[in-house]
Amino acid sequence: MSVEQGVFIVLSAITLIGAWIVISNRNLYRAALGMVLSFFGVAGLYALLNAGFLAVAQVLIYIGAISILIIFAIMLTRKIMDREAVQSNNQWVISALVALALFGVIGYTLAFRVADSWAVSDAGLPSEAVAALGEALVTTYALPFEVASVLLLVALVGAIVIAREK
Amino acid sequence: MNVPLTWYLLVAAALFCMGLYGVLSRRNAIGILMSIELMLNAANINLIAFWRYIGPEAMTGQMFALMVFAVAAAEAAVGLAIFIALYRSRNTIVVEDINLLKW
Amino acid sequence: MNILDDLFINIGQWWTNLLSETLSLQDGVVTVINGLIGGLILALLGVVMVLALTYMERKVFSRLQDRIGPNRWGPLGIFQAVCDAIKMLTKEDIVPDKADKLLFNLAPILMVIPAVLLYAALPFGRGMVGSNLSVGVLYVVGIGSLTGIAVMTAGWSSNNKYGLLGAFRVVAQLVSYEIPMVLSMASVVLLTGSMSLVDIVEKQTIPNFVLMPVAFFIYTTAAMAELGRSPFDLLEADSEIVAGYFIEYSGMKFALFFLAEYINLFAVAGLITTMFLGGWQWPILPGWLWFFIKTFVVIFFFIWMRGSWPRFRIDHMLNFAWKFLVPLALANIMVVALVDKLLQDTGEAVRAAALLSSNILLIIITLAVVAWAGRRSRNVKLEAIVGAR
Repeated sequence: MSVEQGVFIVLSAITLIGAWIVISNRNLYRAALGMVLSFFGVAGLYALLNAGFLAVAQVLIYIGAISILIIFAIMLTRKIMDREAVQSNNQWVISALVALALFGVIGYTLAFRVADSWAVSDAGLPSEAVAALGEALVTTYALPFEVASVLLLVALVGAIVIAREK
Repeated sequence: MNVPLTWYLLVAAALFCMGLYGVLSRRNAIGILMSIELMLNAANINLIAFWRYIGPEAMTGQMFALMVFAVAAAEAAVGLAIFIALYRSRNTIVVEDINLLKW
Repeated sequence: MNILDDLFINIGQWWTNLLSETLSLQDGVVTVINGLIGGLILALLGVVMVLALTYMERKVFSRLQDRIGPNRWGPLGIFQAVCDAIKMLTKEDIVPDKADKLLFNLAPILMVIPAVLLYAALPFGRGMVGSNLSVGVLYVVGIGSLTGIAVMTAGWSSNNKYGLLGAFRVVAQLVSYEIPMVLSMASVVLLTGSMSLVDIVEKQTIPNFVLMPVAFFIYTTAAMAELGRSPFDLLEADSEIVAGYFIEYSGMKFALFFLAEYINLFAVAGLITTMFLGGWQWPILPGWLWFFIKTFVVIFFFIWMRGSWPRFRIDHMLNFAWKFLVPLALANIMVVALVDKLLQDTGEAVRAAALLSSNILLIIITLAVVAWAGRRSRNVKLEAIVGAR
């Protein structure tokens, strides 16, 4: 059990415990904080996978912006003393079975069928990862970049229009 | 690279299935949105793991993950705006009570 | 003066040799121990700086207001911070009845964590940095955005309407002023060509505030707003919203909020020094001493601003961020990028002069636009009054 494997297990535990809090906690605010914990775990996994820029971008975008947005929405849509209402609807047994079945199928396929079929490459990472990413953004992937910016503009205008008070 | 690729994929699959359970069984609309964000994160972990283990010279994997970030942010913003407008008109955000279109 | 310059590096080297050769520990264990000790030293540095900063703030602020400030405990009142700490430690810790206990206790901790994490990326001297991150600038921005979560948790878990309203206003201010901050940092990264804070310091033969005064102004203003200092201190305006989001906190938890604010103050002043004032570079004195001197000059400037301006109203503050700072920051990026690319092959001095003059041109144009808009709105109001008669 090397150090890297130990770190991986700790980070995965953080991620999955956060996800468990999201799906099971009655208090919606604690579910939001569990989601933040899960995002931290995922950012740690990105850093372990040598995607440093994406790890910091995950913290900035998901925790710094999306989580705050979700918390604002929780506060603006609650009724007085509504915190402890029942959170699971009456089809939770079937959905639990479906989720477990899906995980079973994927897990079985990964562990036993396709375990060695991907050619793991030993090529090194680009030396200046951030510069290479920036260059790819404006040369090879310029079109997705522009489309993403138009998408964000449309979402910005649309959210303001929908949520405005008439 | 001591950690085998399948471990990352298993963690991503577990996160995805937990998010799926949350989407299918929570009553509050914002809880459903939070579970959707978990599923998007699981897909991102898959993308980055494959990028690192199979093709780390090109930047395609990271680009794809960045696009998923952008789409997730846009969808969260618009979704929450819709929920707030819905709460203002129907005064509830439990998805079972928002059933005007049901026959 | 090289001995003093490399003093801490030599101490660290001696310690590492002691661990790995005399005690013959493995490399991994030595790295872990060094990491833990380094983290502890950085965190303690932040906390020790708070003592100096609270004293400095009270003395300078009171001198600006023509009074003396603390002068009872110790010569010139040096031990006032110790007395404050003892007072806060011995106060009763009140938790409201219906408050969410776990979140209530968690919020002050969540507030201190991002403040202390900022110290890991600051270069204190030549070769003295906690961790030379290749995405240092983005790390700083990301960590700064964690403060919003802590503030919302504090406001929500107090179960107090006014605390919640205060938390809303704080998060609105924090999120609004993040954007001009990031945009002005982007212009610094543009000139340097790297996001690592160590590279930013090393490439500044001429300090960046000479090359880009507009970016310096935008970043300092946005940093003052992010810290919650006057004139942007609507968040903790004691006369208005009664301490805002930490209205229900007392004793050590309140002390933690206070601590977080001052730790953040020193870290952000250190960032301004790194990015705009040239970091640890200057002749004669050792590098780390220059870093602290420059940081304290920036903090003095912040306290000076606090004592000189009245408080802004919340809608004025948000208008200022979105309608003035964001377009100015975008224009600044375009001007800097254009000038830098056009004059890429000429020498240092020509580039510096061109950047400075284009920035001054931008300032003049901005002031002209603002004056024209002000005159137009005054004329409209005048016509409304005159025409109504």
